[in-house]
Amino acid sequence: MYTVHHKESFWAKYIFSTDHKIIGLQYGITSLVWLLFGFTLMMIMRYQLAYPESPVPFIGGLLGDGGILPSEMYNSLGVMHGTIMIFLGVVPLAFGAFGNYFLPLQIGAIDMAFPKLNASSYWMYFVGSVIMVIGFFVPGGAANSGWTSYPPLANIATMGQTVWLFGMVMLITSSLLGSINILVTVIQLRTDGMTWLKLPIFVWGQFITAFLLILAFPPLEAAGVLQLMDRLAGTSFFMPSGLVVSGEVMTNAGGGSPLLWQHLFWFLAHPEVYVLILPAFGIVTEVMANNIRKPIWGYKALVYSMIFLGFMSFIVWAHHMYLTGMGTTIGAFFQTTTMIISIPSVVILTALLISLWGGSIRFNTPMLFALGFLPMFGIGGLTGLPLGLAASDIHLHDTYYVIGHFHYVVAPGTIFALFAGIYYWFPKMTGKRTNETLGKLHFFFSFIFMNGVFMPMFVQGLAGVSRRLWDGGEVYAHAADYLYLNEVMSVSAWLLGLAQIFFIVNMIISLKGEKTGEVNPWNATTLDWTDTTSPPLGHGNFEKIPVVHRGPYEYSVPGSKVDFIPQSEKG
Amino acid sequence: MDIPFTVKNRPDTGLYNGKLGVWLFLASEVMLFGGLFSAYIFLRTGAESWPIGADILNVPLATLNTLFLISSSVTMVMSWASLKLNDLKKFKLYLGLTFLLATAFLVVKYFEYSAKFHHHLYPSTNNFLGIYFTMTGLHMLHVIGGMIVIFYFLVPGVKMWDSNPSRFINRIEIIGLYWHFVDLIWIFLFPVLYLL
Amino acid sequence: MADLTPEEIKHHVKTYVLVFVALAFLTIVTVGISYLDLGLGASVALALIVASVKGSLVACYFMHLIDEKTTIYWTLLVTAAAFLVLMFLPLGTMAVQVQV
Repeated sequence: MYTVHHKESFWAKYIFSTDHKIIGLQYGITSLVWLLFGFTLMMIMRYQLAYPESPVPFIGGLLGDGGILPSEMYNSLGVMHGTIMIFLGVVPLAFGAFGNYFLPLQIGAIDMAFPKLNASSYWMYFVGSVIMVIGFFVPGGAANSGWTSYPPLANIATMGQTVWLFGMVMLITSSLLGSINILVTVIQLRTDGMTWLKLPIFVWGQFITAFLLILAFPPLEAAGVLQLMDRLAGTSFFMPSGLVVSGEVMTNAGGGSPLLWQHLFWFLAHPEVYVLILPAFGIVTEVMANNIRKPIWGYKALVYSMIFLGFMSFIVWAHHMYLTGMGTTIGAFFQTTTMIISIPSVVILTALLISLWGGSIRFNTPMLFALGFLPMFGIGGLTGLPLGLAASDIHLHDTYYVIGHFHYVVAPGTIFALFAGIYYWFPKMTGKRTNETLGKLHFFFSFIFMNGVFMPMFVQGLAGVSRRLWDGGEVYAHAADYLYLNEVMSVSAWLLGLAQIFFIVNMIISLKGEKTGEVNPWNATTLDWTDTTSPPLGHGNFEKIPVVHRGPYEYSVPGSKVDFIPQSEKG
Repeated sequence: MDIPFTVKNRPDTGLYNGKLGVWLFLASEVMLFGGLFSAYIFLRTGAESWPIGADILNVPLATLNTLFLISSSVTMVMSWASLKLNDLKKFKLYLGLTFLLATAFLVVKYFEYSAKFHHHLYPSTNNFLGIYFTMTGLHMLHVIGGMIVIFYFLVPGVKMWDSNPSRFINRIEIIGLYWHFVDLIWIFLFPVLYLL
Repeated sequence: MADLTPEEIKHHVKTYVLVFVALAFLTIVTVGISYLDLGLGASVALALIVASVKGSLVACYFMHLIDEKTTIYWTLLVTAAAFLVLMFLPLGTMAVQVQV
């Protein structure tokens, strides 16, 4: 239907495009680069942890000080690793890239509701991410007060913190614009027949994520503005009276509250956990439904659990703050809500697990990553329970146990789901197939080394190793027996880095390969596969706007000749 | 191919895209100012002493400003109604008035701020003034943002009235919603900062 | 607010003027109350009540929330819930904070 294919310049077509697919790819490529960069920062940190105070190989020259990683820079790397992985890597990849590219295709829309806004939110993200990295080049280095930027430390930190705040404000604004776009697209641009309970789970995941972002991010933006005021205009919002720093009483007016920052920060940062995980649930569900060749067990249970998860995520945040002198009454409230929020997560995981029962499972690369997600997310979730109860949290707070817990959720959890998504939709984006052997090698090595990195963290954490030690715990006599694990984890981390070469090589080889000409290589049922070409047409996506007649996962319907019935098929 | 429901309403939701979009944007704005109001309550509750706004700030000037903003809100909705009645002249008159009232608001704000600075009252003086400057400053940025858009629809953007009138009316409705929201924030800022 | 007849619009315009008068009056009222010496609790309560009435007038009539679509109501309902949590839950933690 879209006939005007006038020639567009390279800039118009690939850089300032308003086509959701190009913007999705822009998000995807940028965020993958940042993921690699953030991962590299961590590999440098792991060297210092494994071999304290010995010169870092290869890049030691950049660090000064005889090639030894200075402790201030170690702190900077920690902050930037966290910030880059979450705000520049995983969220833009899960939400910006996958959401942009596949959500309109899955609901039968020709584009996002506001294409120009879409492009501007990408560019805002891009500028915000560049600002973040500029932090490395200002005096004092990048932000070094923890990725949570707790004041008063962050208030008196070096200039990098100001840069970090400006970067965050940009990134938050970008996310807000992106989420408005996703929400309006889902509500307004669903094609005929695509009722709410016929939406693929992927769309549901993106939809709820967008709601979380729109409601949880602005308070952090407010907090960021307040911290900027503290740092630039000398206010004391987060500065208590009579604060003494290095033996000197601070001259500011005082009367502020560091706890206020923690509340506003975690008001975002706990829903943020679900921002990281809900798109992953969506992708895993799509991949699994396709590869078990039978309907997902408990579609409605999945949907309602995800909605419930979204609501509950707003009233659990203070479980990050048990050690701030919180009273027992309110502590009990947050413990209760935290235990309740684990229920929908378990429902989701169980529904996916039961779905496997009796399926004729195809073990291709995307399915392996999706299957890897299940136990990894399970470990991440279960290890969270002791952290949600104040009594056990006192022992585990700020140890490597916490690091292990949330990395299990995000790294082998969400990132595995994202890899599953990349392998699953690669034929859609390019019209080509990825190499299965390389993909499987990528999965198995990643799976082994991921666990090699994060499993020992639980052991170290239980032994009481603090999460922020530059020297890897050398000073901790009580944990001395467990410090050898530092080397195990570091070597695993570097090998994990090497394993990603399989992925990069696979992408390059596959991109250079021939187009297969298959439109729907996985025999999937959703509109993105059944009603578009691979790759989809330029503007407009569909030859003919599809109309939806059935649910998203009609695989192996009894009495049907083929084992899948597209959503757009009549009958 | 055009994106559906940019002008017409989608039958099942009864909305066009822009309207839903701006409401969602306003929802996030509620949470943005909500964060600041929450900070205000938190700081005030925890403070040993907290000044009464009226003792430091200029209540008559702020009352005048409140009147400016609510007037600008009513002229804004009148400009939209004039478009609905097909009266471009009145539309321009009312939207122009909105712009002028907003400018008057900014001028008064300028005098307020400079009087504070003149008396050596800065954001760093105490947390009350800190939150006063932060909240009114952020609100002022919203006013300025709105004024830029209003100016756009008043001068270069009005061309759309000839080419696509219903879309233009939608746009005015959207900027109107934003403008009323800015007014609404001020309605709460005024008593909270100046009177209590 | 898509398909209104000119008569309906004219009726609306009358409402707008009335609302404006009410807003201006309430502004004077709230300033007036602040000069009375009612004690902090009562004046906070009164000022917030007046502000809420004014806010509702703007939202209901200028923003036409009084007859809006359900999608918008749902959105605002969810937002209001999150807003209330943000307002009061931090205070709740402060109320029972262990003092050192």
